[in-house]
Amino acid sequence: MSLATAIATGDLTQLPSRRDEDWRWTDLRGLIRAIPPASGLLEPTPGGPFAGLGGEEIVFGNGRSDGRAGALFTAEGGAPLRLRFCSDARGARHASTMVINAPGGERLTLLESYEGQGDYLADVELHIEIEAGAHVTRVVLVEEPAESILVSTAHVRLQPGASFHQVVLTSGGRRQRIETRVTQAQGGAEVRMDGVYILRDQRHADLTTVVTHGGRDGTTSQLTKGVVRDQARGVFQGRIVVEKGADGTEARMGHHALILSDKAEVDAKPELLIFADDVQCAHGNTIGALDEAAIFYARQRGMPEDVARAMLTEAFVGEVVDRIEHEGARDVARAWVSAQLGASE
Amino acid sequence: MTMLSITNLHATVGDKQILNGLTLDVPAGEVHAIMGPNGAGKSTLSYVLTGRSGYEVTGGSATLNGEDLLALAPDERAAKGVFLSFQYPLEIPGVPALTFIRTALNAQRKARGEAEITAPEFLKKARATAAALKIDFEMLKRALNVGFSGGEKKRMEIFQMAMLEPRFLILDETDSGLDIDALKIVSNGVNALRSPERGMLVITHYQRLLDYIKPDRVHVLSAGRIVASGGPELALELEAEGYDKYVQVAA
Repeated sequence: MSLATAIATGDLTQLPSRRDEDWRWTDLRGLIRAIPPASGLLEPTPGGPFAGLGGEEIVFGNGRSDGRAGALFTAEGGAPLRLRFCSDARGARHASTMVINAPGGERLTLLESYEGQGDYLADVELHIEIEAGAHVTRVVLVEEPAESILVSTAHVRLQPGASFHQVVLTSGGRRQRIETRVTQAQGGAEVRMDGVYILRDQRHADLTTVVTHGGRDGTTSQLTKGVVRDQARGVFQGRIVVEKGADGTEARMGHHALILSDKAEVDAKPELLIFADDVQCAHGNTIGALDEAAIFYARQRGMPEDVARAMLTEAFVGEVVDRIEHEGARDVARAWVSAQLGASE
Repeated sequence: MTMLSITNLHATVGDKQILNGLTLDVPAGEVHAIMGPNGAGKSTLSYVLTGRSGYEVTGGSATLNGEDLLALAPDERAAKGVFLSFQYPLEIPGVPALTFIRTALNAQRKARGEAEITAPEFLKKARATAAALKIDFEMLKRALNVGFSGGEKKRMEIFQMAMLEPRFLILDETDSGLDIDALKIVSNGVNALRSPERGMLVITHYQRLLDYIKPDRVHVLSAGRIVASGGPELALELEAEGYDKYVQVAA
């Protein structure tokens, strides 16, 4: 049951609904009354938010790349891959899949962007295989129009000795789910998954992650921060599963959100499912407002209230941005955060 | 000429009347100390003058160089030159001290219609000021006050003061949490800012600070108003005899 299946079969009952525990805050069944027709052809010009960072570009226009709805990429030589999912459609739908392999010893920086106009239904499915000793950094920048519905699901598998660092940055859409499912079946791998959502108006974003530790001595570290205002709604679901025998697992997960208006909403569900004995796992979850005492302090020093609030909000989110190791991607992320927070004034 | 002029000031916090007809004039070039027992309204006075929300003025006036302070937003008061050294400075996670101060300085300059300070000019001034206050410059690159000791936070207040060059300084219990060496450094920093164009209000519970920052006048605040005023000798008298006699007067 998924959006991809519903698109492929035209069967609305395949859509996840609020009755499914994992989709209770991102209801698609209640929102989508009919599967719209397929989107037309789109051939985006090269570019995108990471255009300045070089590397190879693979672009999907309305779900198709070189006429196909799927593509395969094997990392080689350390150059970044700029993976762009571009949409420009009205009342239409498209779906695409992509397989990415990182062979042993390779270092891949995956710069993934979602760029769209119009109102459409889009589904993206990624499979990322990371072999022993390979390292993948995935930076996902989601800039979708207010009326788009997007489900992006990445399945990531790591061999022992592999590592995967991800950050998702999104401004949401009409309904949006960015899901990452990570499996370290034999343990021994290192995972970091961060996220930032900055939502306003009636936008919605759902950052869902599932990490399964199937073997010993794997690590997972997660930090997600959100800022919601107006009537926006942010969703964070983070599940870490430590299977029987996966001793020595270290996992920590943090989710912190700022709610900047009375009508905004954040729903958070951190879950640690631990079936091994010798593990270190922790999670922290906070939802609150900006510290009014700190705002007064900044104003006493001369900052107008909007400047003080923007500074403190940017600093709040900045902790996640600072964790991005790729300097160019970090600069893009920082500029994006500033633009998102500045645009509200 | 009178710089800060407070007349018959009344203020409440919540439902509680804290300031009860406070009248006080501080001329330019002078340092006035306000001493008083706990609960007299010392910190309330500093927050009312700087415009903190929750501190409601119910009567009276406060002007700076003839301009109504109470009508202005906190940042507008700052741009007019009012600076408060907080009794408990706030921690600002994620914002390096230098970034915070430069943002504040440029906001003040903008409000006054002045040009922004250039980055080299700002850094040069910051280096010199940090050296004078024996602040490790590396500390200024860290998030403001996060993980700083009580003494470091107070030193950072004086650093900000020196960088912002305010016209009127309010020091709220600046001596609390300082050992004797830090107290000397902080006092030297404050004294360096003394000038004929600047006024200062030094709020303190203990006389000790006034050995280092010598006041021109000392006022006793009790139950929300000034109940006695005198020269520096008044502080010594309070140190010897305590506040009992003034608490009685006010009651």
